[in-house]
Amino acid sequence: MNAKHTVAKVRRPEVRFQEQIYLIEVWKGLVITTRHLLVNLYRHLSVALGRGGPAGSVTTQYPDDPQVTAKRSRTRHRLLKREDGTPRCVACMLCETVCPAKCIYIQAEESPDVMVEKRAKTFKIDLGMCVFCGYCVEACPEDAIRMDTQFIAFPGMTRKDLIWDMPELMGDVKKDPKPVKAVDPLGPAAS
Amino acid sequence: MAKLVKFKLNGKDVEAPEGQLVIDAAKDQGVEVPHYCYHPGLGNPGVCRLCVCEVAGAPKPQMTCRTAVKEGLDVKTDSPVAKRAQASSLEFHLANHPLDCPVCDQAGECHLQDYYQRFGLYKSTVREDKRHKEKRKDIGTWVMLDQERCIQCTRCTRFVDNVTKTHELAVFGRGDRSVLDLYPGMRLDNPYSGNVVDICPVGALTDKDFRFSVRAWYLDRTPSVCTGCARGCSVEVHTNTKRPWHTGGRRVARLKPRYNPEVNGWWMCDEGRYGYKSADAKTRVKGSSVLGTDGQPAQLTPADAAARVAKELRELCADNGPEGLAFLVSASLTNEDLFALKALMKRLGVPLSNAVLAPGADQLGEEDALLRRKEKVANLSGAAALGFGVTKGPEALKGKVWGAWTVGRAGHGSWIGLPFTLWQGANAVRGSDTARWVLAGAHWTETDGTVVNFSGRVQRLRAAVPPLGESAPAWAWFGSVLRALGGAFPHDDAGSVFAALSAAEPAFAGLKFELPKDGVLLPKGRPEAATA
Ligand code: SF4
Ligand code: SF4
Ligand code: SF4
Ligand code: SF4
Repeated sequence: MNAKHTVAKVRRPEVRFQEQIYLIEVWKGLVITTRHLLVNLYRHLSVALGRGGPAGSVTTQYPDDPQVTAKRSRTRHRLLKREDGTPRCVACMLCETVCPAKCIYIQAEESPDVMVEKRAKTFKIDLGMCVFCGYCVEACPEDAIRMDTQFIAFPGMTRKDLIWDMPELMGDVKKDPKPVKAVDPLGPAAS
Repeated sequence: MAKLVKFKLNGKDVEAPEGQLVIDAAKDQGVEVPHYCYHPGLGNPGVCRLCVCEVAGAPKPQMTCRTAVKEGLDVKTDSPVAKRAQASSLEFHLANHPLDCPVCDQAGECHLQDYYQRFGLYKSTVREDKRHKEKRKDIGTWVMLDQERCIQCTRCTRFVDNVTKTHELAVFGRGDRSVLDLYPGMRLDNPYSGNVVDICPVGALTDKDFRFSVRAWYLDRTPSVCTGCARGCSVEVHTNTKRPWHTGGRRVARLKPRYNPEVNGWWMCDEGRYGYKSADAKTRVKGSSVLGTDGQPAQLTPADAAARVAKELRELCADNGPEGLAFLVSASLTNEDLFALKALMKRLGVPLSNAVLAPGADQLGEEDALLRRKEKVANLSGAAALGFGVTKGPEALKGKVWGAWTVGRAGHGSWIGLPFTLWQGANAVRGSDTARWVLAGAHWTETDGTVVNFSGRVQRLRAAVPPLGESAPAWAWFGSVLRALGGAFPHDDAGSVFAALSAAEPAFAGLKFELPKDGVLLPKGRPEAATA
């Protein structure tokens, strides 16, 4: 029999009176901001004066400055190719099976090459759902899927933009990181 | 029954009938001995040598599929000698095996994989190159052969030799050059060819229809009964609902026979096996409708449809008399459906003889001595047991009726022009679109209920998937029209209908909805009319 899927109801916190009158919450937020300001001011001063201690935080000017990630960070997926340019993937669906985020979608078909036998007709990964655990890379018996490191610039304007198809995963179609335009908070120059 | 004798199994004293195969006696005791060639339906040639175990007094490990139980026998299936013998046998099987598991449909339900994990786990000592043979050989309508994966257990050749007696397959050559192949000039296209895929313990024979669609581990399995003919083979309905993209949205992925010694043994026919496709076919009727004055169908909600059909029937019955309403019903309907139909007819005052259940021309087909019956409907005996006539065709009613309510069968077109025409069913058929009213019926894979096969055995259908769209089982439609007419029908599942049925119908007296898995015979035996 089919497993009956039960949908867990998530209880949202209710908006209390204290939150509704707004002023108390604004005040609480200001306290947090001020605490960060003072702590960082203290830390930066302390380092600058040679007294050591933990370094203060710095805001990265992303995307003008590159984001720095760990050397071995797991980022976007890449489908590898055979020497003749066809994908190594044989659509065994082990990555789809192991994926804890259930964000891999494969459809299989007959391969024209009898020695390959089976291949992926479609292979999609929803990077918006992926948790970048790397299990898919571990599971693959064909070394057909790997993950790049330090490549985090794959923004999209819709959730659909984050679903990558085979050509993009194989690198045949570039998913160019769309440069995020610096937006002037005051709007277009009113001069 | 042979007399019981005592023997020792893994040091324990156990009893078994004298002469029983040790492998079966061990299975009865819950001890599994690995095996490929032995199949209870196909005999024990002893070619795979995997079931070797230690037998006290024998100089070498003995095959448990060729050793009979006798008084004082002392068998060890898990001694170091037995285990080593089994692992070595398995290594020999895998010496030339390609290990294509990533592209092999059998993965997940493969006896090589399972046995390696449970009885193998050796370090391979084979250093030689593997032998290559033909891969992807299209050998029949439904079956694809991979000669490299074949382990020469000869189950399939024994199936075509002893069960279908069609002799298409054989193992040719010797030693590591032996290959499974077709006899020259033949193709595997007998009406039971799909069974070789089930009995192949490895992925050498795969199902072309199922090939590469779903991985075995994604499937849900529901025990049910094939409604393809009056045999009513026990089947398992395998459904893929969690990852619909693998089957392009089709929910039912395949059927497999389910062992039932009383009905179908281990087998089923190809017609039944591939008949599942109607469940998700384009012809499915998903919603109910009524033809408007402009000749275009207008959609109806189920409640609306039942209420309006009831209103129209009440008026027509009052004006023209209820004897003028004919019910043309497929005898594949379950007992619950027919019981509800009976109640509806009684309420309307329509005589039972106005129901036609005899199979139409499109419901008759081929018959053979193995399984297939010529009546391609599942519940002729059930209909007869419920008091319906099952031999009379619709001809007798022609010209005498003002209304025709057709359920799940073709030929509705011949009733065009009557004041009341209704067609109800799961898949649109020839003539179904000519009816004024259309009620969406559930497919048999979506239906809970009971059917009675030609020999009078009652078996349980189980819904593997919920009804598509707004379709509903026939008993629910009859019940809601009956309620709209002011009658009582206090049931909202098939089990409750069956409880009322077994209380009201003497032929079903004492039966419970939770039938044993092999089904049971009708307490009073098969009704006479169904044999005609
Ligand atoms: S990294 Fe993890 S979550 Fe992301 S696709 Fe691979 S298995 Fe799924
Ligand atoms: S595990 Fe590897 S070969 Fe299998 S489907 Fe995923 S990428 Fe393809
Ligand atoms: S038959 Fe298929 S699944 Fe089984 S071991 Fe061989 S390749 Fe793997
Ligand atoms: S013999 Fe009849 S019941 Fe059995 S599988 Fe074939 S069609 Fe279905």
